[in-house]
Amino acid sequence: MLPFDVVVSLHGPAVLRMCRALVGASDAEDVWSETFVSALRAYADLQPGSNVEAWLVTIARRRAVDHLRAAGRRARPVATVPDAAAPAGADLADRLDLVSAVALLPPRQRECVVYHHLAGLPYAEVAEVVGGTEAAARRAASDGMRALRALLGAAPPARRDPSRFRTAVEEADHDRR
Amino acid sequence: MTDAEPHPPVTVPGVHDVPDSRLVVEGRLRERLARDAQAQGVLDVAYRTVDTPVGELLVAATEAGVVRLAFAIEGFDSVLDTLARRVSPRVLRAPARLDRLVVELEEYLAGRRLAFDVPVDLRLTSGFRRQVVTRLPEIPYGSTASYAAVARSAGSPRAVRAVGTACATNPLPLVMPCHRVVRSDGAAGRYVGGPEAKVWLLGLERGR
Repeated sequence: MLPFDVVVSLHGPAVLRMCRALVGASDAEDVWSETFVSALRAYADLQPGSNVEAWLVTIARRRAVDHLRAAGRRARPVATVPDAAAPAGADLADRLDLVSAVALLPPRQRECVVYHHLAGLPYAEVAEVVGGTEAAARRAASDGMRALRALLGAAPPARRDPSRFRTAVEEADHDRR
Repeated sequence: MTDAEPHPPVTVPGVHDVPDSRLVVEGRLRERLARDAQAQGVLDVAYRTVDTPVGELLVAATEAGVVRLAFAIEGFDSVLDTLARRVSPRVLRAPARLDRLVVELEEYLAGRRLAFDVPVDLRLTSGFRRQVVTRLPEIPYGSTASYAAVARSAGSPRAVRAVGTACATNPLPLVMPCHRVVRSDGAAGRYVGGPEAKVWLLGLERGR
C-alpha cells in the first residue's frame, strides 16, 4: 500500500479541480481538506488493489454534498455579471466564469462532466459513483458538455482534451479572484 | 456530442499566472491537511526532511516518538514505502511533530548538544539488534567503542558481526549513536549514512 503522502501528490490536484467545479472556488479548499482527512482515516482499511482515484471521488462527492447541504439555501455560484468596465467587444465566453457555468448545469450533468473530464474517471467508474449505467453517465456528460458549449458561446471546453478543460477551469478560477 | 469539427480552447484573456492546482495542493493544502490530520488523531506517521551538514535527512515520528531517521543515500521514497508497510500507510509530510527533534539535531550538529532528549519509538528494530541499538547511547559523546566491545557489553561476545548488522540497520542513526561504533583497528568503518558522514561526526564529537 502506497504511503498516503503519495496519494496526496498523485490525486490531490485532480480532486481540487473537482471540488472547485462542485462547490465553487471559495469553498473548494474546505471540501478538499475534509475529503483527504476522511480518506486518511479510512485509508488503512482500503482493499489492496482498489481504484484509489474512484474512491477519492466518491469521498469528495459525499463531502461536497454535505457542504452544500450545510450551506443551506445559500445561492449557487452564478456567472459574473459583465460590468461596465469590461472591454468593449468581449463576448460572453470571455466574461463567463467557466466554474460558474459548470455550476449552472443540472446536478447529474455537472457531476458526470466533473468526474469524467476533471477527475479523469472512465465512464464505467463515473456510473459507479453517481449510480445508473455507463451509457447514462456518458450521455449525461455529453449533454452537460453541450450545455456548457451553449453557455460559453461557440467555444467548447476540452473536446477530447481534459487537460485543456482543466486549464480553462483554473484560468476561470483565477479570473474570479 | 459529435467529434467532427475542431473547436478552439476556452480561454480567459489577460490571465497569465494561472494558480496551478498542484502548487496549491503542495503548498497550503498540505499544511492544512497535516494540521487537521494531527488534530483528528489520524496521522500515524509524520515526516519531514531537513538539510544538515551531513546531507539531507528524513525524520519520521509516530505518536510514541521518533521512529526513523534516514540519510538521502538510503532513498527517501523507499524509506517512506517501508514506513507505510511496517508501521502504517497513514504517512504524511507534517513537520510540527518533528519540531523538537529538528532543533536538537541542529544543536547536536553544531556541537552544542551532547545527547538527544526526545522520545523514541524503536518498533522498526527487534531482538538482538534492538538490544544493541538500545545500548548505543551508553557510549559517551566524543568516544568510540569497537564492534567487539559492544558485542561483549550486549552479553554476546561472539556476535561481532551481528553488532555490525544492528548498526547498519539502526532505524535512528545520530539519535542512537551507531557512528561511535568503530573497527577494532581504529578505522571508522562503514556507516548507514556513508563513511564520510561517519568520519565527519566523529570529528565533530572530538572537537575537530
